[in-house]
Amino acid sequence: MSTEKLKEIILKVLPDVDTVIGWQEGFDKIHITPFFMKSPEDAEKAVWNSLCVQNLAAYLPSLKKKTAVIVKGCDSRTIVQYMQEGLIDRSNVVIIGIPCTGVVSVKKVLKAVDYQPIEDVKFSDEKIIIKTSKGEKTLAIADVCPDKCKTCQYPTPIVYDHLAGDPIESTKPAESVYEDIKEFEKKSLEERRDYFKNEFDKCIRCYACRNACPMCVCQDSCIAETRDPHWITQKLSSEEKMMFHMIHAVHLAGRCVECGECERVCPMDIPVAKLKKKINSEMKELFDYVPGVNPEDKPPMYTFNVEEAKIKEHKL
Amino acid sequence: MSDVGTKELRIVGFLCNWCSYGGADTAGVGRFKQPTDLRIIRVPCSGRVDPLFVVRALLTGADGVLVSGCHPRDCHYSEGNYYARRRLEMLRRLLQFMGIDEKRFHYTWVSASEGQKWQQVVTDFTKQVHELGPLHDKKEKAD
Repeated sequence: MSTEKLKEIILKVLPDVDTVIGWQEGFDKIHITPFFMKSPEDAEKAVWNSLCVQNLAAYLPSLKKKTAVIVKGCDSRTIVQYMQEGLIDRSNVVIIGIPCTGVVSVKKVLKAVDYQPIEDVKFSDEKIIIKTSKGEKTLAIADVCPDKCKTCQYPTPIVYDHLAGDPIESTKPAESVYEDIKEFEKKSLEERRDYFKNEFDKCIRCYACRNACPMCVCQDSCIAETRDPHWITQKLSSEEKMMFHMIHAVHLAGRCVECGECERVCPMDIPVAKLKKKINSEMKELFDYVPGVNPEDKPPMYTFNVEEAKIKEHKL
Repeated sequence: MSDVGTKELRIVGFLCNWCSYGGADTAGVGRFKQPTDLRIIRVPCSGRVDPLFVVRALLTGADGVLVSGCHPRDCHYSEGNYYARRRLEMLRRLLQFMGIDEKRFHYTWVSASEGQKWQQVVTDFTKQVHELGPLHDKKEKAD
Protein backbone atom coordinates (compact mmCIF):
# COMPACT_ATOMS: atom_id res chain seq x y z
CA MET A 1 0.00 0.00 0.00
CA SER A 2 1.47 3.29 -1.06
CA THR A 3 1.50 6.58 0.73
CA GLU A 4 0.26 8.16 -2.52
CA LYS A 5 -3.04 6.31 -2.33
CA LEU A 6 -3.44 7.39 1.26
CA LYS A 7 -2.76 11.04 0.41
CA GLU A 8 -5.38 10.84 -2.30
CA ILE A 9 -7.97 9.67 0.22
CA ILE A 10 -6.90 12.30 2.76
CA LEU A 11 -7.37 15.06 0.17
CA LYS A 12 -10.77 13.63 -0.69
CA VAL A 13 -12.11 13.61 2.87
CA LEU A 14 -10.38 16.77 4.12
CA PRO A 15 -13.08 19.24 2.95
CA ASP A 16 -15.78 17.42 4.95
CA VAL A 17 -13.94 17.18 8.24
CA ASP A 18 -12.23 19.45 10.72
CA THR A 19 -9.07 17.38 11.05
CA VAL A 20 -7.56 14.26 9.58
CA ILE A 21 -5.42 12.41 12.09
CA GLY A 22 -2.50 10.60 10.52
CA TRP A 23 1.23 10.20 10.94
CA GLN A 24 4.25 12.28 9.99
CA GLU A 25 7.97 11.97 10.38
CA GLY A 26 9.27 12.73 13.85
CA PHE A 27 12.59 14.03 15.08
CA ASP A 28 14.47 11.27 13.33
CA LYS A 29 13.75 8.74 10.65
CA ILE A 30 12.68 5.96 12.95
CA HIS A 31 10.26 7.95 15.09
CA ILE A 32 6.93 8.65 13.50
CA THR A 33 4.53 10.93 15.36
CA PRO A 34 0.79 11.52 15.20
CA PHE A 35 -0.14 14.33 12.87
CA PHE A 36 -3.26 16.50 12.83
CA MET A 37 -3.89 17.59 9.26
CA LYS A 38 -6.03 20.63 8.60
CA SER A 39 -5.04 21.74 5.08
CA PRO A 40 -4.11 20.10 1.76
CA GLU A 41 -0.51 21.22 2.35
CA ASP A 42 -0.44 19.16 5.54
CA ALA A 43 -1.62 16.13 3.63
CA GLU A 44 1.58 16.24 1.61
CA LYS A 45 3.58 15.55 4.76
CA ALA A 46 1.57 12.51 5.76
CA VAL A 47 3.39 9.20 5.78
CA TRP A 48 2.49 5.54 6.02
CA ASN A 49 5.01 2.79 6.65
CA SER A 50 5.69 0.08 9.19
CA LEU A 51 6.84 2.65 11.72
CA CYS A 52 3.36 4.15 12.09
CA VAL A 53 2.78 2.42 15.38
CA GLN A 54 0.56 4.80 17.35
CA ASN A 55 -3.09 3.99 17.82
CA LEU A 56 -4.66 7.20 16.54
CA ALA A 57 -8.21 6.14 17.34
CA ALA A 58 -7.42 6.96 20.97
CA TYR A 59 -7.92 10.66 20.24
CA LEU A 60 -11.53 10.26 19.15
CA PRO A 61 -13.50 10.41 22.43
CA SER A 62 -11.97 13.77 23.32
CA LEU A 63 -12.71 15.43 19.96
CA LYS A 64 -16.01 17.18 19.37
CA LYS A 65 -15.74 18.23 15.72
CA LYS A 66 -16.05 15.85 12.81
CA THR A 67 -12.76 14.04 12.46
CA ALA A 68 -11.19 11.58 10.06
CA VAL A 69 -8.76 9.10 11.47
CA ILE A 70 -6.34 6.71 9.81
CA VAL A 71 -6.40 3.28 11.39
CA LYS A 72 -4.67 -0.05 11.04
CA GLY A 73 -6.57 -3.27 11.61
CA CYS A 74 -5.73 -3.42 15.31
CA ASP A 75 -6.59 0.25 15.85
CA SER A 76 -10.00 -0.25 14.28
CA ARG A 77 -10.94 -2.52 17.18
CA THR A 78 -10.63 0.53 19.42
CA ILE A 79 -13.26 2.30 17.34
CA VAL A 80 -15.58 -0.70 17.48
CA GLN A 81 -15.19 -0.80 21.26
CA TYR A 82 -15.95 2.94 21.48
CA MET A 83 -19.09 2.27 19.48
CA GLN A 84 -20.12 -0.54 21.82
CA GLU A 85 -19.68 1.71 24.82
CA GLY A 86 -21.24 4.79 23.22
CA LEU A 87 -18.08 6.83 23.58
CA ILE A 88 -18.12 8.20 20.06
CA ASP A 89 -20.74 9.25 17.57
CA ARG A 90 -20.04 7.16 14.49
CA SER A 91 -21.57 9.77 12.18
CA ASN A 92 -18.98 12.23 13.43
CA VAL A 93 -16.04 10.06 12.48
CA VAL A 94 -14.62 9.22 9.07
CA ILE A 95 -12.48 6.12 9.21
CA ILE A 96 -9.67 5.65 6.72
CA GLY A 97 -8.58 2.06 7.00
CA ILE A 98 -5.19 0.67 6.07
CA PRO A 99 -4.66 -3.05 5.57
CA CYS A 100 -1.49 -3.64 7.55
CA THR A 101 0.99 -6.46 7.30
CA GLY A 102 2.66 -5.69 10.60
CA VAL A 103 4.46 -2.78 12.21
CA VAL A 104 7.91 -2.43 13.71
CA SER A 105 8.74 -2.13 17.38
CA VAL A 106 11.07 0.86 17.67
CA LYS A 107 12.41 -0.52 20.95
CA LYS A 108 13.47 -3.76 19.28
CA VAL A 109 15.10 -1.94 16.38
CA LEU A 110 17.05 0.40 18.64
CA LYS A 111 18.21 -2.56 20.65
CA ALA A 112 19.33 -4.35 17.49
CA VAL A 113 21.49 -1.38 16.44
CA ASP A 114 22.89 -0.96 19.93
CA TYR A 115 21.09 2.36 20.53
CA GLN A 116 23.18 4.22 17.92
CA PRO A 117 21.69 7.44 16.53
CA ILE A 118 19.68 6.59 13.43
CA GLU A 119 20.71 8.35 10.24
CA ASP A 120 18.36 6.82 7.76
CA VAL A 121 15.67 4.17 7.49
CA LYS A 122 14.65 2.40 4.31
CA PHE A 123 12.18 -0.33 3.54
CA SER A 124 12.52 -3.05 0.97
CA ASP A 125 10.11 -5.95 0.77
CA GLU A 126 9.41 -7.09 4.36
CA LYS A 127 12.77 -5.76 5.50
CA ILE A 128 13.86 -2.62 7.25
CA ILE A 129 17.31 -1.18 6.56
CA ILE A 130 18.72 0.97 9.34
CA LYS A 131 21.66 3.25 8.70
CA THR A 132 23.72 4.44 11.65
CA SER A 133 27.18 5.95 11.89
CA LYS A 134 28.47 2.41 12.32
CA GLY A 135 27.07 1.16 9.06
CA GLU A 136 23.89 -0.39 7.74
CA LYS A 137 21.84 -3.12 9.32
CA THR A 138 19.07 -5.06 7.62
CA LEU A 139 16.36 -6.55 9.78
CA ALA A 140 13.34 -8.59 8.78
CA ILE A 141 10.17 -6.81 9.90
CA ALA A 142 8.85 -10.11 11.24
CA ASP A 143 11.82 -10.25 13.63
CA VAL A 144 11.36 -6.78 15.07
CA CYS A 145 7.56 -6.59 15.15
CA PRO A 146 5.69 -6.09 18.42
CA ASP A 147 4.26 -9.27 19.92
CA LYS A 148 0.72 -8.34 18.93
CA CYS A 149 1.60 -8.59 15.23
CA LYS A 150 2.76 -12.18 15.63
CA THR A 151 -0.79 -13.30 16.33
CA CYS A 152 -2.69 -10.56 14.48
CA GLN A 153 -6.19 -11.66 13.54
CA TYR A 154 -7.42 -8.43 12.00
CA PRO A 155 -4.91 -7.06 9.47
CA THR A 156 -7.76 -5.30 7.66
CA PRO A 157 -9.77 -2.78 9.69
CA ILE A 158 -13.11 -4.09 10.95
CA VAL A 159 -14.89 -0.80 10.29
CA TYR A 160 -13.89 1.77 7.71
CA ASP A 161 -15.34 4.33 5.30
CA HIS A 162 -12.37 4.35 2.94
CA LEU A 163 -9.86 1.60 2.52
CA ALA A 164 -6.40 2.45 1.27
CA GLY A 165 -5.39 -0.77 -0.42
CA ASP A 166 -6.84 -4.23 -0.85
CA PRO A 167 -8.23 -6.15 2.14
CA ILE A 168 -5.94 -8.90 3.41
CA GLU A 169 -6.78 -12.00 5.38
CA SER A 170 -4.99 -13.03 8.55
CA THR A 171 -2.57 -15.89 8.10
CA LYS A 172 -2.14 -16.53 11.81
CA PRO A 173 -4.19 -19.28 13.47
CA ALA A 174 -6.86 -18.01 15.87
CA GLU A 175 -5.68 -20.39 18.60
CA SER A 176 -2.27 -18.74 18.69
CA VAL A 177 -3.62 -15.51 20.22
CA TYR A 178 -3.65 -16.70 23.83
CA GLU A 179 -0.87 -19.24 23.52
CA ASP A 180 1.57 -17.16 25.58
CA ILE A 181 -1.00 -16.95 28.36
CA LYS A 182 -1.48 -20.70 28.37
CA GLU A 183 2.26 -21.18 28.37
CA PHE A 184 2.64 -18.81 31.33
CA GLU A 185 -0.05 -20.62 33.29
CA LYS A 186 2.03 -23.76 33.26
CA LYS A 187 4.35 -22.11 35.76
CA SER A 188 3.79 -22.75 39.42
CA LEU A 189 1.88 -20.34 41.63
CA GLU A 190 5.07 -19.11 43.31
CA GLU A 191 6.83 -18.59 39.99
CA ARG A 192 3.95 -16.54 38.71
CA ARG A 193 3.77 -14.51 41.86
CA ASP A 194 7.51 -13.78 41.79
CA TYR A 195 7.35 -12.97 38.11
CA PHE A 196 4.71 -10.29 38.56
CA LYS A 197 6.34 -8.95 41.69
CA ASN A 198 9.66 -8.52 39.88
CA GLU A 199 8.08 -7.05 36.79
CA PHE A 200 5.84 -4.59 38.60
CA ASP A 201 8.65 -3.63 40.96
CA LYS A 202 10.32 -2.04 37.95
CA CYS A 203 7.36 0.30 37.59
CA ILE A 204 8.18 3.97 38.13
CA ARG A 205 4.50 4.91 38.14
CA CYS A 206 4.78 7.35 35.28
CA TYR A 207 1.28 6.23 34.23
CA ALA A 208 2.33 6.28 30.59
CA CYS A 209 0.50 3.00 30.06
CA ARG A 210 -2.70 4.54 31.33
CA ASN A 211 -2.25 7.73 29.36
CA ALA A 212 -1.63 5.84 26.14
CA CYS A 213 -4.44 3.36 26.70
CA PRO A 214 -7.32 4.09 24.34
CA MET A 215 -9.83 2.51 26.71
CA CYS A 216 -8.69 4.46 29.78
CA VAL A 217 -11.25 7.15 29.17
CA CYS A 218 -11.36 8.52 32.73
CA GLN A 219 -7.93 10.11 32.27
CA ASP A 220 -7.78 13.03 34.73
CA SER A 221 -10.32 11.46 37.09
CA CYS A 222 -8.45 8.15 37.23
CA ILE A 223 -8.77 6.65 40.70
CA ALA A 224 -5.03 6.01 40.72
CA GLU A 225 -4.57 9.72 41.32
CA THR A 226 -7.66 10.97 43.08
CA ARG A 227 -7.44 11.80 46.78
CA ASP A 228 -11.05 10.95 47.36
CA PRO A 229 -11.36 7.98 47.08
CA HIS A 230 -7.74 7.47 48.00
CA TRP A 231 -7.09 4.11 46.39
CA ILE A 232 -3.32 4.26 46.23
CA THR A 233 -0.78 6.40 48.03
CA GLN A 234 2.49 7.87 46.80
CA LYS A 235 4.36 5.34 48.88
CA LEU A 236 7.10 3.60 46.93
CA SER A 237 6.22 -0.02 47.56
CA SER A 238 5.52 -3.04 45.45
CA GLU A 239 1.97 -3.23 46.87
CA GLU A 240 1.13 0.21 45.53
CA LYS A 241 2.66 -0.58 42.15
CA MET A 242 0.83 -3.87 41.98
CA MET A 243 -2.38 -2.09 42.98
CA PHE A 244 -2.01 0.40 40.16
CA HIS A 245 -1.62 -2.36 37.60
CA MET A 246 -4.57 -4.21 39.06
CA ILE A 247 -6.70 -1.07 38.77
CA HIS A 248 -5.69 -0.80 35.13
CA ALA A 249 -6.39 -4.47 34.46
CA VAL A 250 -9.72 -4.68 36.31
CA HIS A 251 -11.03 -1.47 34.76
CA LEU A 252 -10.24 -2.91 31.34
CA ALA A 253 -11.90 -6.25 32.05
CA GLY A 254 -13.64 -7.25 28.83
CA ARG A 255 -12.75 -3.93 27.21
CA CYS A 256 -9.06 -4.24 26.33
CA VAL A 257 -8.68 -4.27 22.54
CA GLU A 258 -5.09 -5.53 22.74
CA CYS A 259 -3.62 -2.66 20.74
CA GLY A 260 -0.43 -3.00 22.78
CA GLU A 261 -0.01 0.72 23.37
CA CYS A 262 0.60 0.21 27.11
CA GLU A 263 3.58 -2.03 26.47
CA ARG A 264 4.88 0.13 23.67
CA VAL A 265 5.05 3.26 25.81
CA CYS A 266 6.33 1.61 28.98
CA PRO A 267 9.79 3.04 29.68
CA MET A 268 10.63 0.10 31.93
CA ASP A 269 9.61 -2.69 29.52
CA ILE A 270 7.03 -4.15 31.86
CA PRO A 271 4.65 -6.67 30.24
CA VAL A 272 1.72 -4.47 31.21
CA ALA A 273 -0.72 -6.12 28.84
CA LYS A 274 -0.30 -9.61 30.26
CA LEU A 275 -3.00 -9.30 32.94
CA LYS A 276 -5.40 -7.79 30.41
CA LYS A 277 -4.73 -10.51 27.93
CA LYS A 278 -5.47 -13.09 30.59
CA ILE A 279 -8.80 -11.43 31.35
CA ASN A 280 -9.59 -11.34 27.65
CA SER A 281 -8.88 -15.03 27.30
CA GLU A 282 -11.30 -15.68 30.17
CA MET A 283 -13.93 -13.42 28.60
CA LYS A 284 -13.62 -15.48 25.44
CA GLU A 285 -14.08 -18.69 27.35
CA LEU A 286 -16.83 -17.52 29.73
CA PHE A 287 -18.92 -15.30 27.51
CA ASP A 288 -17.59 -16.03 24.03
CA TYR A 289 -16.78 -12.37 23.77
CA VAL A 290 -13.90 -10.71 21.96
CA PRO A 291 -13.55 -6.96 22.58
CA GLY A 292 -13.72 -4.59 19.63
CA VAL A 293 -14.94 -6.97 16.98
CA ASN A 294 -18.68 -6.52 16.63
CA PRO A 295 -20.21 -3.03 17.17
CA GLU A 296 -23.51 -4.66 18.21
CA ASP A 297 -21.98 -6.61 21.12
CA LYS A 298 -22.23 -5.49 24.71
CA PRO A 299 -19.12 -5.64 26.93
CA PRO A 300 -19.60 -8.61 29.28
CA MET A 301 -19.16 -6.60 32.48
CA TYR A 302 -21.95 -4.24 31.42
CA THR A 303 -24.53 -6.95 31.28
CA PHE A 304 -25.50 -10.35 32.71
CA ASN A 305 -27.53 -13.48 32.17
CA VAL A 306 -29.81 -14.74 34.91
CA GLU A 307 -28.44 -18.21 34.27
CA GLU A 308 -24.75 -18.12 33.47
CA ALA A 309 -23.94 -21.13 31.36
CA LYS A 310 -20.28 -21.26 32.25
CA ILE A 311 -20.04 -19.84 35.76
CA LYS A 312 -20.46 -22.66 38.22
CA GLU A 313 -20.97 -22.17 41.90
CA HIS A 314 -17.75 -22.86 43.75
CA LYS A 315 -17.70 -25.30 46.61
CA LEU A 316 -15.46 -24.85 49.57
CA MET B 1 -7.64 -17.08 69.36
CA SER B 2 -8.98 -18.75 66.31
CA ASP B 3 -11.37 -21.59 66.63
CA VAL B 4 -9.32 -23.60 64.16
CA GLY B 5 -6.60 -24.03 66.72
CA THR B 6 -3.72 -22.16 65.11
CA LYS B 7 -2.80 -18.52 65.19
CA GLU B 8 -5.54 -16.25 63.99
CA LEU B 9 -5.39 -15.02 60.41
CA ARG B 10 -7.00 -12.01 58.84
CA ILE B 11 -9.96 -12.80 56.68
CA VAL B 12 -12.08 -9.99 55.31
CA GLY B 13 -15.72 -10.61 54.54
CA PHE B 14 -17.83 -8.36 52.32
CA LEU B 15 -21.43 -9.12 53.14
CA CYS B 16 -24.51 -7.72 51.52
CA ASN B 17 -26.80 -5.93 53.92
CA TRP B 18 -29.98 -7.73 52.94
CA CYS B 19 -29.10 -11.41 52.87
CA SER B 20 -25.68 -12.48 54.04
CA TYR B 21 -25.35 -9.92 56.79
CA GLY B 22 -28.74 -11.04 58.00
CA GLY B 23 -27.59 -14.64 57.65
CA ALA B 24 -24.55 -13.92 59.78
CA ASP B 25 -26.84 -12.28 62.31
CA THR B 26 -29.12 -15.30 62.31
CA ALA B 27 -26.09 -17.49 62.97
CA GLY B 28 -25.15 -15.23 65.86
CA VAL B 29 -28.64 -15.16 67.34
CA GLY B 30 -28.77 -18.95 67.02
CA ARG B 31 -25.48 -19.08 68.93
CA PHE B 32 -23.76 -21.18 66.29
CA LYS B 33 -20.08 -21.52 67.04
CA GLN B 34 -17.91 -19.82 64.40
CA PRO B 35 -14.20 -19.13 63.97
CA THR B 36 -13.27 -15.55 64.77
CA ASP B 37 -10.79 -14.86 61.96
CA LEU B 38 -13.39 -13.19 59.80
CA ARG B 39 -13.80 -9.42 59.90
CA ILE B 40 -17.08 -8.44 58.35
CA ILE B 41 -17.63 -5.33 56.25
CA ARG B 42 -21.24 -4.63 55.49
CA VAL B 43 -22.00 -3.41 51.98
CA PRO B 44 -25.39 -2.48 50.51
CA CYS B 45 -25.25 -5.21 47.87
CA SER B 46 -22.75 -7.70 46.51
CA GLY B 47 -22.87 -5.56 43.37
CA ARG B 48 -21.23 -2.85 45.45
CA VAL B 49 -18.14 -4.99 45.86
CA ASP B 50 -15.59 -3.64 43.45
CA PRO B 51 -13.14 -6.42 42.56
CA LEU B 52 -10.49 -3.93 43.61
CA PHE B 53 -11.77 -4.08 47.22
CA VAL B 54 -10.68 -7.68 47.23
CA VAL B 55 -7.35 -6.93 45.59
CA ARG B 56 -6.67 -4.09 48.00
CA ALA B 57 -7.48 -6.29 50.97
CA LEU B 58 -5.22 -9.08 49.77
CA LEU B 59 -2.36 -6.72 48.98
CA THR B 60 -2.48 -4.85 52.25
CA GLY B 61 -2.62 -7.60 54.79
CA ALA B 62 -5.60 -9.88 54.43
CA ASP B 63 -4.91 -13.60 54.14
CA GLY B 64 -8.27 -14.38 52.63
CA VAL B 65 -11.34 -12.59 51.33
CA LEU B 66 -14.91 -13.81 51.37
CA VAL B 67 -17.71 -12.13 49.47
CA SER B 68 -21.27 -13.13 50.11
CA GLY B 69 -24.54 -11.84 48.73
CA CYS B 70 -28.13 -12.79 48.10
CA HIS B 71 -28.83 -15.87 46.04
CA PRO B 72 -29.25 -15.21 42.31
CA ARG B 73 -32.88 -14.09 41.69
CA ASP B 74 -33.14 -12.88 45.30
CA CYS B 75 -31.16 -9.65 45.09
CA HIS B 76 -32.79 -6.81 47.01
CA TYR B 77 -31.96 -4.57 44.05
CA SER B 78 -33.09 -7.21 41.53
CA GLU B 79 -29.82 -7.59 39.65
CA GLY B 80 -26.84 -6.48 41.71
CA ASN B 81 -25.59 -9.96 42.38
CA TYR B 82 -25.71 -10.89 38.70
CA TYR B 83 -23.14 -8.21 37.96
CA ALA B 84 -21.19 -9.26 41.04
CA ARG B 85 -21.11 -12.85 39.86
CA ARG B 86 -19.45 -11.90 36.56
CA ARG B 87 -16.95 -9.56 38.15
CA LEU B 88 -15.96 -11.88 40.95
CA GLU B 89 -15.57 -14.83 38.61
CA MET B 90 -13.27 -12.71 36.46
CA LEU B 91 -11.32 -11.70 39.54
CA ARG B 92 -11.03 -15.26 40.83
CA ARG B 93 -9.37 -16.31 37.60
CA LEU B 94 -7.14 -13.26 37.52
CA LEU B 95 -5.88 -13.70 41.08
CA GLN B 96 -4.95 -17.25 40.36
CA PHE B 97 -3.04 -16.10 37.27
CA MET B 98 -1.14 -13.56 39.34
CA GLY B 99 0.00 -16.19 41.74
CA ILE B 100 -2.47 -15.71 44.57
CA ASP B 101 -3.99 -19.06 45.43
CA GLU B 102 -7.62 -19.13 44.32
CA LYS B 103 -8.46 -20.72 47.67
CA ARG B 104 -7.81 -17.41 49.38
CA PHE B 105 -10.79 -15.87 47.68
CA HIS B 106 -14.30 -17.18 47.75
CA TYR B 107 -17.67 -15.80 46.78
CA THR B 108 -20.94 -17.38 47.69
CA TRP B 109 -24.62 -16.73 48.27
CA VAL B 110 -26.21 -16.93 51.72
CA SER B 111 -29.73 -15.76 52.53
CA ALA B 112 -30.85 -14.11 55.76
CA SER B 113 -32.50 -17.28 57.01
CA GLU B 114 -29.50 -19.54 56.37
CA GLY B 115 -27.70 -19.18 59.71
CA GLN B 116 -26.60 -22.77 59.53
CA LYS B 117 -25.20 -22.38 56.05
CA TRP B 118 -23.37 -19.22 57.11
CA GLN B 119 -21.70 -21.07 59.94
CA GLN B 120 -20.65 -23.75 57.46
CA VAL B 121 -19.26 -21.22 54.97
CA VAL B 122 -17.24 -19.37 57.59
CA THR B 123 -15.90 -22.53 59.16
CA ASP B 124 -14.93 -24.14 55.88
CA PHE B 125 -13.42 -21.00 54.40
CA THR B 126 -11.42 -20.22 57.54
CA LYS B 127 -10.17 -23.77 57.56
CA GLN B 128 -9.20 -23.52 53.91
CA VAL B 129 -7.24 -20.31 54.46
CA HIS B 130 -5.55 -21.75 57.54
CA GLU B 131 -4.34 -24.68 55.47
CA LEU B 132 -2.54 -22.20 53.22
CA GLY B 133 -1.19 -20.14 56.11
CA PRO B 134 -0.46 -16.43 56.08
CA LEU B 135 -0.19 -14.67 52.73
CA HIS B 136 2.23 -12.02 53.92
CA ASP B 137 5.48 -12.37 55.78
CA LYS B 138 4.50 -10.45 58.84
CA LYS B 139 6.88 -9.51 61.55
CA GLU B 140 5.73 -11.53 64.49
CA LYS B 141 4.75 -9.37 67.40
CA ALA B 142 5.46 -10.68 70.83
CA ASP B 143 2.16 -11.17 72.53
